[in-house]
Amino acid sequence: MTSLPASTTRKLGLVIDLDTCVGCQACVTNCKEWNTGGHMAPLTDIDPYGAEPDGVWFNRVHTYEHTEDDEHSIGARSRTVHFPRSCLHCKTPACVTVCPTGASYKRTSDGIVLVDEDKCIGCKLCSWACPYGAREFDTDVGVMKKCTLCVDRIYNDNLPEEDRVPACVAACPAGARHFGDLGDPESPVSQLVAEREGVDLMPELGYGPTNKYLPPRAKRDTASEGGPARLEPLAESGGFFGWVDRMLSG
Amino acid sequence: MHPAFSVIFFTTASGAGYGLLALAGLGAAFGLLPDSRAIAIAGPGLALVLITAGLLSSTAHLGHPERAWRAVSQWRSSWLSREGVASVVTYGPAVIFAGGWLLVGVDAGIVRVAGFLSAIGAMATVSTTAMIYASLKPIPNWSNRFTLPVYLGFSLMTGAVLLNAVLALTVAPVPVMGWIGAAAIAICWNLKVAAWRHADGLSLPTAASATGFASGTVRSIEWPHSQENYVLKEMGYRVARRHAAKLRRIAQALAFAVPLVLVVTGALTATATPLLSALCTALAVVPMAAGVLTERWLFFAEARHTATLYYGYDHDRAA
Repeated sequence: MTSLPASTTRKLGLVIDLDTCVGCQACVTNCKEWNTGGHMAPLTDIDPYGAEPDGVWFNRVHTYEHTEDDEHSIGARSRTVHFPRSCLHCKTPACVTVCPTGASYKRTSDGIVLVDEDKCIGCKLCSWACPYGAREFDTDVGVMKKCTLCVDRIYNDNLPEEDRVPACVAACPAGARHFGDLGDPESPVSQLVAEREGVDLMPELGYGPTNKYLPPRAKRDTASEGGPARLEPLAESGGFFGWVDRMLSG
Repeated sequence: MHPAFSVIFFTTASGAGYGLLALAGLGAAFGLLPDSRAIAIAGPGLALVLITAGLLSSTAHLGHPERAWRAVSQWRSSWLSREGVASVVTYGPAVIFAGGWLLVGVDAGIVRVAGFLSAIGAMATVSTTAMIYASLKPIPNWSNRFTLPVYLGFSLMTGAVLLNAVLALTVAPVPVMGWIGAAAIAICWNLKVAAWRHADGLSLPTAASATGFASGTVRSIEWPHSQENYVLKEMGYRVARRHAAKLRRIAQALAFAVPLVLVVTGALTATATPLLSALCTALAVVPMAAGVLTERWLFFAEARHTATLYYGYDHDRAA
């Protein structure tokens, strides 16, 4: 059914910290590694070692320069921001409602948006309906593919409990990716979003993304206080080096 | 958006087919059409050929055409599914209308009723096609109030010019039909120009909004991949502004201006020189086909998708 559930029991999703992400692509690599054998396998690569490689990835990390337009600062202040982009498992995902076959669906239990590959006719309309460019078509298999929030990891009793998180979260060496229930205001991820004032991407479109992004922390213009104002000579020194010092200073 | 020929052909060919079916159906329902077997073949018959060719073309762009039957199941939420349902349902009265006209003549009660129902089904199907595009929020060029009337306008305009040509070639030029065609061209021309003007004033969300920054400017300095991926191939199509401007002028000349002159000439010369009239009326179809294909190509090529914001596309400054 492509009609959306009125509400979901849980809202599982990711919280991505743009202050911490170093753009190492580990999440991208581990996502590809896990999912090419997972629920939506394979993540086909076309011409991987040729001149024009192409293929299906669920997670892409962009790099941007963000410049603040603060009129009080002297000159433009800018910073580099690494930006992981994947399915946001929206509350009202149009990618699901536009699906003519019922292949796309949003789970009532946890809000994860999935594709039933056996029902997908490969019309690509869902990818047009996603504002975030999260869905990627597999030209080899002829069906649409997307992030599963590692549905085959997070409920997997065969994995140790600490590994029951999405592959991207497990891989992040900087601790920039967090996984949890964003529908529960007491959950660690919800607390983190509240504390760091996490945001939705393009909220004006009304998709209600579940995943949240934590904006980079405010930049400081000066070094932290406590250091000496300027360096002073400790004492007059004698000997050869004292003579050199006097010669050079004079 | 990538202008896929299968979808361009589908929307234009079946749009014309549905327009022809609707006008022939209404004409038959109200007893305005002469009872000619030739019109049955060249009118509703041609309409069914155009509709079927278009629908087959649209399935060609599917990853799994053999599963296309599944697409009629989700009509509760999906305009694409509703389009599937409407197109299948419309075949019922359309086949009875065309077949009945051929077998028992246009004035039979069942043919008139089927003609009327065909007209309703045809316009409903074109409306669902338009709504597929009009409901896509990530593409402001499409998700606005002009998409539905423009699709209906093009369908009825191409249908009217086709029916005008069919009448001229099978029976005799009908001036009234010529004037209807001319009016349809004039209305559609105005609609399309207004739609272009409206679309040019629309802007996408900013890259800052796409990346969650409340303020400042966001500039893409590195893509996640070295080659174009699916998102860029499908959603990242760009047409240079000066080329688009030229193509808009070409589309207007071929789809509106030249056919308008030919159709009006056909209507004015219908009694004095029927041969010239028939020639002009029939010839109007040729430039219109090229013009409508150009317009539909631009409809896709000029459409900007929010996913391109992540790749640093500055749509306002495109050359």
